[in-house]
Amino acid sequence: MAALADRELLIKVWETHPKALSPFVTVDHKKIGARYLVTAFLFFLAGGIEALVMRTQLALPENRLLDPETYNQLFSMHGTTMIFLFATPILSGFGNYVVPLMLGARDMAFPRLNAFTYWVFLFSGLFIYASFLIGSAPDGGWFAYTPLSGKAASPGPGLDFWALGLVLLGISTTAGALNFIVSILKVRAPGMSVDRLPLFIWNVLVTALAVIFALPALTLACLLLELDRNFGTHFFDPAAGGSALLWQHLFWFFGHPDVYIIFLPAVGIVSSVVPVFSRRPMVGHTFVALATVTTGVLSFGVWLHHMFATGLPPIALSFFGVVTTLIAVPAGVQIIAWITTMWSGRPVWRTPLMFAAGFIVLFLIGGLTGVMFAVVPFDQQITDSYFVVAHFHYVLFGGAVFPIFAGLYYWLPKMTGRLMNDRFGQVNFWLMFTGFNLTFMPMHIVGMLGMPRRVYTYPTGLGWDGTNLAETVGAFLLGVGILAFIANFLWSLKAGEPAGPNPWFANTLEWATSSPPEDYNFEVMPTVAGRDPLWDTHDELGRPILARPRALQRETLGTELLEAIPQNVLNMPQDTPLPFVLAFCLAVLFVGLLLQQIALCLLAGLASIVVVGAWLWPGKEAQA
Amino acid sequence: MSAVAAEGRLPTATSGDRAPAWWGMLVLIATEATFFGALIFSYFYLALDKSQWPPAGIKPPELARPLIGTALLWGSSLPMWWAEHSARKGLMGRVALSLAVSMGMSTMFFLIQMLEYATKEFGPQVNAYTSIFYAITAFHGMHVFVALIMSAVVQVRVWLGHFTAERHLAIQVLGLYWHFVGLVWVFILGSLYISPHLLQ
Repeated sequence: MAALADRELLIKVWETHPKALSPFVTVDHKKIGARYLVTAFLFFLAGGIEALVMRTQLALPENRLLDPETYNQLFSMHGTTMIFLFATPILSGFGNYVVPLMLGARDMAFPRLNAFTYWVFLFSGLFIYASFLIGSAPDGGWFAYTPLSGKAASPGPGLDFWALGLVLLGISTTAGALNFIVSILKVRAPGMSVDRLPLFIWNVLVTALAVIFALPALTLACLLLELDRNFGTHFFDPAAGGSALLWQHLFWFFGHPDVYIIFLPAVGIVSSVVPVFSRRPMVGHTFVALATVTTGVLSFGVWLHHMFATGLPPIALSFFGVVTTLIAVPAGVQIIAWITTMWSGRPVWRTPLMFAAGFIVLFLIGGLTGVMFAVVPFDQQITDSYFVVAHFHYVLFGGAVFPIFAGLYYWLPKMTGRLMNDRFGQVNFWLMFTGFNLTFMPMHIVGMLGMPRRVYTYPTGLGWDGTNLAETVGAFLLGVGILAFIANFLWSLKAGEPAGPNPWFANTLEWATSSPPEDYNFEVMPTVAGRDPLWDTHDELGRPILARPRALQRETLGTELLEAIPQNVLNMPQDTPLPFVLAFCLAVLFVGLLLQQIALCLLAGLASIVVVGAWLWPGKEAQA
Repeated sequence: MSAVAAEGRLPTATSGDRAPAWWGMLVLIATEATFFGALIFSYFYLALDKSQWPPAGIKPPELARPLIGTALLWGSSLPMWWAEHSARKGLMGRVALSLAVSMGMSTMFFLIQMLEYATKEFGPQVNAYTSIFYAITAFHGMHVFVALIMSAVVQVRVWLGHFTAERHLAIQVLGLYWHFVGLVWVFILGSLYISPHLLQ
């Protein structure tokens, strides 16, 4: 009877309060993670529609469906959406939902900050997309090179939406990364020492660190661009001593690590899925973890390979060419580890493993063309052609979207409590795999034949017609594959087989609790004695931890950095509208900057300071 | 692992590296430091292809006022450290006094910077040099301003008696940020104010 009373108390303490305002006040990492997934997926659909419109335009030579300016806006928004509003946030969605569960905690280290990051992400996405409403979307490509992104070449407000929107989004991404780092360092299950961290956690940690050290360069670049465009400064203006290349340095100092910010968590999904469906522990766990860290470090030494054609000194080209080649080494280590795990296990070819295996194939192709680009003369010959478009779609669609779908098939049953149909999932996979290769494989050829990227149309008779038509057919097939996923998901909500706590017989702690988990995640804080806690048999140590909330407090366990020895009981915050209010104030501040309304900016800035003060003021749960 | 069995005895007060907020501030400082790194990189990158930097017609910045400001800003870390030290001993009267002193010194630095802006012979819109000069100093000034607001809030909490020898995390976290804002200034002083005199 005592146990039941404990459970009722946990429900009472952790349920959202007040219920009527739940969407605006909840700080539950699971609800926030699910929202991230849904919102980012909607942006994925928006970016996908932009791509399909472009592919329709390019299906036939001399097509006049789109004018050049609209086409510029579409490829700019497609890239911006997919990189910033889909790939990064959807992986934050997985991270938010899964990381605390995998760590055996009851929430992230900073639950209110977590709620805040979601709202800022949503507002910044809407902010950037609002540019469509006034018919002036950004048109400088997703990397917005100066002087093309300057006021003279792009006089409309599109790039102001873009630059300010990305600064706002950067606040969300930075705060999210900070939260992941501190959560992973400080709120792990007792016994989850560093050498026992799940590989997904390693990937999220390295990704978050990369965000911390890479994103400031983008934020700065966008701020300086905005000052140049609207405040008369000369950072990127060669006529007054500025430098257009400074933009490229700042952007790619962020931009290349950003490729890994997208890729690493995706790889973490693969490293979760492969051992589970191969029915054995990961081969070379330690080496894969080290490879992840190495990739993160090296990713900061390769940005110049985006600038091989800008006339930099040969010594710089050689150095960055070498580091770019080197980064293939940790990638190779991981590929070998995944293949060996499957080879030596007993693979069960359910949909998540299909997507993970599809990823390995596509990433290998994209990785190999990547190594080709590390060779400077080849890069200078082929840069800005469709070969580049093919390469980075193999790396980013093959390397991130396929793992994301593996992750969706793998973890959605945990979130919804219902399994998706596996046979339909296989159809889903083959549609996407075929559609993807039909779209992007021919781009290698047409790029070698000289077709430049970002052209809105092309004359007939250059030998590009057939390949372009095939690419468009492939793109629509890919679109059908994604619709199949949506159908499967919606069907599963109504009629899917109940998942139960651990439908895949998986190894990590998120599968130790019900599907979907209760608000408090775990009734009793789990303890860990190995790398695959659900496959080990170990006796729970001592008596149950935090089974009964003290003084009606939300609590989780604070643990020591390396060995995860319990240090203290952390009081967790109650539900609050403050994160929503602060995000709203910041959004208003950025609207004010866009409209150059100083009074509005000051008002919103002042309101933000007051809200932060209220936020940090100690509540009854935590004096100091 | 016996600590697990003793859950009932685990403390709820957190301090220093046991507290998530302390680590959060360190991560924030890391990302902010990178931001200033990128700014200072931009300053020297813009100088790369110039025969003269600051460019012709612009004198290297004067040193007297910035050095006084520097002494005040760096000096303000000392009473801040004293505040943390006193907080550990629970001497809240001393904490209040030393926080007020450090805030006063930092405010004077801020005012000196404002004075430099007011008397500067150029604005940010002249050329790339003046743009980056104002960008770096203004972003740093904003950080000083934020630190001042944080200090003001913490001081109100000291007067309200929120802190004890065991519970004073906010003071520790404020201290981290405070020292960081001073440390960044070392690099700005070296780059913007001293290097033009050395590299003439």
